[in-house]
Amino acid sequence: MSDQAGAAGAAEAQKKATRPGPGRIIRDSILEGNTFTVTVLAIFTAFVVGGLLNAFTNTTVLHAWGNLFSDPGHAIATAWDTAVGAYIEMFEGSIFNPHTVSALFQQASFSAAIHDGYLSAVFNPLSETCVQATPLILAGLAVALPYQAGMFNIGAEGQVIGGMVLATYLGYGISLPFFVHVVVCVLGGFVGGAAIGWIPGELKARTGAHEVIVTIMMNYIMIYFLAYLLSFPYLMQAPHNTNQISAAIAGNAHLPLLFGSHLRINAGFLLALACAAGVWWLLNRTTTGFEMRSIGKNPSAARVAGMNVERTWVLVMLLAGGLAGLAGATVIQGTDFTVNFQSYGTYGIDAITVALLGLGRPGGVVLAGLLFGALHAGAPLMQAVTGTPVDMVEVLQAVIVLFVAAPPLIRAMYRLRDARAGGVGGVMSKGWNA
Amino acid sequence: MTIASQVLTDQEIVAEAQVSPFRKWLAPATFLAFGLINIFVLGAYSHKGDATFAFSQPFAKVTVPNLSLPAAVTCYVCGGITIAIALARAFLPLSKVLRRVAIGVVMFLFVLALLCWADAGLTTAFNIVNLLQGTLGQSIPIMLGALTGVVCSRSGVINVGIEGQLLLGAFTAAIVTSVTGSLWLGLVCGALAGSLVGVLLAVFAIGYRVDQVVLGVVLNTLVLGLTGYLFDGLMVPYQNTLNSPSTFAAVKIPLLGDIPIIGPVFFDATVFLYITYFALAGVQIGLFGTRWGLRTRAIGEHPIAADTVGINVIAMRYRNVIAAGLIAGIGGAYFTIGSVGSFGADMTSGEGYIALAAMIFGRYTPLGAISAALLFGFTTQLQSIMSTLNTPIQSDLLLATPYVVTIIVLAGLVGKVRGPRAEGIPYIKA
Repeated sequence: MSDQAGAAGAAEAQKKATRPGPGRIIRDSILEGNTFTVTVLAIFTAFVVGGLLNAFTNTTVLHAWGNLFSDPGHAIATAWDTAVGAYIEMFEGSIFNPHTVSALFQQASFSAAIHDGYLSAVFNPLSETCVQATPLILAGLAVALPYQAGMFNIGAEGQVIGGMVLATYLGYGISLPFFVHVVVCVLGGFVGGAAIGWIPGELKARTGAHEVIVTIMMNYIMIYFLAYLLSFPYLMQAPHNTNQISAAIAGNAHLPLLFGSHLRINAGFLLALACAAGVWWLLNRTTTGFEMRSIGKNPSAARVAGMNVERTWVLVMLLAGGLAGLAGATVIQGTDFTVNFQSYGTYGIDAITVALLGLGRPGGVVLAGLLFGALHAGAPLMQAVTGTPVDMVEVLQAVIVLFVAAPPLIRAMYRLRDARAGGVGGVMSKGWNA
Repeated sequence: MTIASQVLTDQEIVAEAQVSPFRKWLAPATFLAFGLINIFVLGAYSHKGDATFAFSQPFAKVTVPNLSLPAAVTCYVCGGITIAIALARAFLPLSKVLRRVAIGVVMFLFVLALLCWADAGLTTAFNIVNLLQGTLGQSIPIMLGALTGVVCSRSGVINVGIEGQLLLGAFTAAIVTSVTGSLWLGLVCGALAGSLVGVLLAVFAIGYRVDQVVLGVVLNTLVLGLTGYLFDGLMVPYQNTLNSPSTFAAVKIPLLGDIPIIGPVFFDATVFLYITYFALAGVQIGLFGTRWGLRTRAIGEHPIAADTVGINVIAMRYRNVIAAGLIAGIGGAYFTIGSVGSFGADMTSGEGYIALAAMIFGRYTPLGAISAALLFGFTTQLQSIMSTLNTPIQSDLLLATPYVVTIIVLAGLVGKVRGPRAEGIPYIKA
């Protein structure tokens, strides 16, 4: 122990004496394997794993592997093309597609091109990424905020449904002027989600029922409840419709588009960014946020310090549910305009992966939401062009988070030096009973 | 750290002595609600006539006569008894055993009233044997998953990845059986697939000390994505060669299978039900009657003490988590080669999470977990039979009842459920 301290002291002294240049500092900090390096390498490794998976399961490639000994070059080339081709399509669907630019310059006049939507087509992939990222960021915040307070919210799915149901109902059920209607529906989404989030919080505070199990149960209850609501015309099913789908919300309740009618990016994205900023402010600049983080670190110490642990649990779950409800509202008011029995999609799972990749911090959640939003935006094009199933996105998300959660594994793979910075595992590792 | 947790325990004991009014009145209020539903919903709205129950299947060697009950009157009687129990629960000091019996009786009376209401005035008899047989079938994966959860939890590792173990087991069993044509090989490989998820869980939870709830959810996502990906990419294009397994046929046990009611329910089923019996007996006897069980419970409750007396905590946790995965893998194989006969994306549809709830519901004991799993299976089966009877009840709401019941139970209907003390806390050897 004292040897280590001595060695560290000596290193410290040496550092002061030599004053390394900026390049050296950057190189050292990368090799040290801090959180940023580990996250980037985790993402990179996950893409490699996904590519290998693609290369070894694609049916065309499997035929080529069959002729491995007669034509090894062909097999390897096919595998490489398949793996890389899928990612290229994903990139073109989510960030930038060169074909749209050439199409733009083939137009006779620039103003006509803008009018016909050729310019919008250039930005469409980015717009789609933002559209996909909007609910992911909001739902990710719904997991990240309780995470900071030492709770694990698996119930984003049910809370999203709660928000969707109320936002949709207010959307077609009442008639209001344009701006007012948008605000009322968004608030309705918040309230709907908050109500569903409140139940696990209140039960944890009053009875000690663990929020993980209660939120999982709430998810299933909400799924069946949604199916029930959409089964009867006197509840929420659209009239004269045999499918489980609601009526469309009024045009006044649509979230305003940001860049014209050709791009789907809407005010929901700004709302998501604002919520991320709000959560950051709440956690880092308010007394309530300080209490939340203290309770997350050590509930019994917080209790001894005079904080009301139970009340904070309820508040955190209420806010988290509200954020997830907002995610539901942005989907309904921004892109879908109706709710059907599968509207909740995979938001519950995606929210967890987004929060974990974002290390439970609001800024991280925004970046993680954008990354996974890009994956979701690019996946349909990837499947259409290369035939790689969209489920690849779920695999990538899970592998990324798995690696992010185990920094020692990444450090060992890339022979990085150990650093004090921990990943998810370091942040919170405790049992049910804590 | 040890001292801090000790202080917390004392506080918790004090807190538990003063039962909150919410907690105190929850159980009687729930019972009362059931009683009122029996009388004012089921009794008042039931059709005129009798409800008939059949207890034997067609062509049974020994038959049992049908039972006819006047529907409305039965509902009223059930409701009356339930309300009496609610009052007794509220005002009499009942022992722990009696309180549990009360829950069972209230549930039974409610189901009886519900069945009377559903079958009132119908010419077809309601077949109880079909209901119970279906219940066991529905419960098999939940029971096996819950047993896996019990072994992992008792070893001190939270296993939220049961869902992933079931799903990978189902996928692997389907593909292996389709390719080789051997059901038994499919079963073994399904079990190994469950174990493979167990290996990942063990390496990351025990080795890399990742938060175990997080890890379980991530592993479930990984398996969900992976099987969905391979299903779309390989199984759909090669449906005939990769996704058309045969299924195990029911095996009737001689003599036992001919006993009325009990025989067809318990002794005339696929091999999966018999495996479940052995798994239950194995885990129950293993945990509470062998040296392995004592050590397992020790590393789950107090790993430091266990380490002090020479138990290798880390190695034992690895072994238990990986071995327990075999059970859930078999439960997963049931989906494809036990019942459906083909794999579908996300075909386990959250049953692993229900198994997790069943484990907690059953207070981390094998028998309790199995009972809870049976309750969930019963509700599912009841719903599917009710929907064929054209009852006005909403099937979606009925399907949601197990989840509501779980929340009510967790909220303190049967007292606080306390898991193994060291569950979810990675062991760091000093």
